[in-house]
Amino acid sequence: MRAYIIRRLISGVVILFILSIVTFLLLRVVAGDSADLLCGLACDEEGIEQFREKLGLNDPYFPISLTGEPPFVEFSRDNQYTTWIKDLLTGNLGSAAINQKPLIDTMQQRLPVTVELLIITVIFTVAVGVPFGVISALYRNSFSDYIVRVTAVLGLALPSFWVATLVIYFPSQWWSYSPPFGGMISFVDDPWGNLRQFVPPAAVLALASAAGIMRLTRSSLLEVMRTDYIRTARSKGLQDRTVISRHALKNSMIPVITVLGLQVAGLLGGSVIIEFIFGLPGIGLLLYESLLRRDYQVVQSMTLYIGAAVILMNLLVDISYAWLDPRIRYS
Amino acid sequence: MATSSEAIGVLGIPAEEALRPRRHWTRSALRMARQNPLGTFGLAIIIFLAVVAVFAPVIAPYDVGEYTAGQPREDMSWAHPFGTDDIGRDMFSRVVFGARISMGVAFLSVLAGTAIALVLGITSGYVGGALDNFMQRTVDTVLAFPQLLFLLILATILGPSFQTVVFAIAIGIVAPVTRIIRGAVLSERNNQYVEAARALGATTPRILFIHIAPNVVALAIIIATTLLGLAILAEASLSFLGLGIPVPNPSWGTDINRARNALPFHLPWVFFPGLAITLTVLAFNLLGDTLRDLLDPRLRGRL
Repeated sequence: MRAYIIRRLISGVVILFILSIVTFLLLRVVAGDSADLLCGLACDEEGIEQFREKLGLNDPYFPISLTGEPPFVEFSRDNQYTTWIKDLLTGNLGSAAINQKPLIDTMQQRLPVTVELLIITVIFTVAVGVPFGVISALYRNSFSDYIVRVTAVLGLALPSFWVATLVIYFPSQWWSYSPPFGGMISFVDDPWGNLRQFVPPAAVLALASAAGIMRLTRSSLLEVMRTDYIRTARSKGLQDRTVISRHALKNSMIPVITVLGLQVAGLLGGSVIIEFIFGLPGIGLLLYESLLRRDYQVVQSMTLYIGAAVILMNLLVDISYAWLDPRIRYS
Repeated sequence: MATSSEAIGVLGIPAEEALRPRRHWTRSALRMARQNPLGTFGLAIIIFLAVVAVFAPVIAPYDVGEYTAGQPREDMSWAHPFGTDDIGRDMFSRVVFGARISMGVAFLSVLAGTAIALVLGITSGYVGGALDNFMQRTVDTVLAFPQLLFLLILATILGPSFQTVVFAIAIGIVAPVTRIIRGAVLSERNNQYVEAARALGATTPRILFIHIAPNVVALAIIIATTLLGLAILAEASLSFLGLGIPVPNPSWGTDINRARNALPFHLPWVFFPGLAITLTVLAFNLLGDTLRDLLDPRLRGRL
C-alpha cells in the first residue's frame, strides 16, 4: 500500500509538471502578455515597458531556448518558467498584477469560502442522493421509483445558472427576501447569517451531483441485490431489512463514494458559476475575475493549485476505495 | 402479433424471435418506441428541435435583431408568446434561433471531439508501449483539472466566438473519451477474432479499422449522445459567463446573462431560454440512457 501511494504521488508530480508546462505555454506563450491591459489606461508606452520589466515578462520563457546561430541553445538563469515554479514552491504564489497584493493572501481569504460551499454541497448531495436512490432501488418500478428517476434526469438537465437566477428572483419577488451578497459572513460570528449565505448556493450546486448520486446509488444497489451472497443471506432466513442494511447497502456504497470523490473536481468548476451569481468571494470567483482581467499570472498559479488539489483528491478516493473494499489490493 | 405468437417455434427458438427479421422495419421501430417511451420522447424532442433549428427563419415571426418587434419588457401575449427583452426584441424568435446555435455547437463539437478521440483512443490502445504511456499521461493531465475551468481558460485566451466555443468543447471532450475508447480497444484486441485476423496476415490498419473499430463505434455513439447534452450545458454556461457566444447572437446562455444583469428583473426573458436549455439537455439525456440500455446493457450505471 505504501509503495502504491508513493508511486501515485510521483505520478501526481509528473502530471503537475506536464500541467505546468501546458498552462505556461497556453497562458504565457499563446495568450501573450497583457501588460498593456493590466497596467491600465494611465500607462503610456514607457510605463507599460517598466511594468513588463517588473513582472519579468521580458525574460526568456524557458531555461533553455533555441537560437538561430551555433551553439543553437542558450541557457538563462532568469527565465519566466523556473522563476514561476520557484515562486510556487516557496509558497510565493505571485501577486495579482492589478493590485500587487500577494496571491497567497488572497487565496487564504478566499479558500474558506469555496471549501465551505463544497462541504455543504457534498452534505446535500449525500443526504438527498443516497436515501432517494435506495428508495428507488428497493421499490423498483413503483410509482416512487418513477418519481425519483424522473427527478434525477431532470436534475441533470437543469442549467445551474438558470436555477440559481430563479432561486434568487422568486423569494425577492414574493417575500422581498434576498440572501446576503458580497463578502463572507463568518460562521463563528454569525452562524445564521453564514448559513443564509451558503445554503441556497450549495443547494443549487448540489442539484446535478445529487441527481447523479441518486442514479448511481439505485443502479449499484440493484446490482448488489442480484449477487449470490444476498441470495444466500435471504435463504438463510434473514429479514429483508437486515439483508439490506447489513449486506447490500454497505457494498453498494463503494462506487458511490468513488464517484462522490470524483465529483468534487466538477463541483469546483461549477462553483465558478455559483459563486459568480451569489456573489460569494471564493476561489472560483477569483479565477473568473482574473480571467476577465486577463491577469494570467494569477490564473496560471491557480491552475496548478487546483490541479494539485484534484490529484490529491483522486488519490484519497483510491485509497478509501481499498479501505472500503478489502478485495482491492494495490501493489 | 396474434398470429406470430400462435406460430410454432423452430429449433427451440420462440416463434416471435424467429419471425422478427421478416417484420417490416417500421413495425420493429414502433415496437421499440413502445418499449422505451422515455427514449422515444427524447428522440421526438430532438427531432422537433432540429426542425425548429433548420426552419428557424420560417417559424420565428420576427428577426433576432429586430428591436422594433414590440415594446421593451412585454409580458407573454399572443403577439409575443415569450415576451420581449429590454430593447423590445421578440424572445420567442430569439429562443427559436437559439436552437440553431445550441444544436450547431453541440453537434459540431461532439462530432469533432469524438472523432479525434476515436482515432487517438484506438491508436493508444492498440499500439501500446511508450506512445500509449505518453498519451495516457497527457489525458491524466487534462482530467486532473475541472472541465469547466479548462473551458473558461481556453475561451478567454481564444476570445469569445462560435468557433472558440466549438473548439474548446471539442478539446474538452477528447481526453475523457480517448480514455474510454482505449479501454474498450484493450479488451477487444485480446479477443480471438483479432488473433485470427492477424494469423491470416491482416495488416495492422486493417485489423484496427475493419475489425476493432466497428466494435468500439457502438460505445462511441452512446458516449456521443450523452455528451451532446453536456455540450449544450457547457455552451450555455460559457455564454452565461460572457465567454461563449458574443452578445448580439441569440444564444440561450447569453440571453439569460443579459436578462440577469438588466434590472428590473423581467421573468419571461430569463425563463424561456432556460426552459429551452433544460428541455434540450433532457431530451439528449433520455435518448442517451435508452441507447445505452439497448446497445450495451453492461454500461448501465457506469456512464
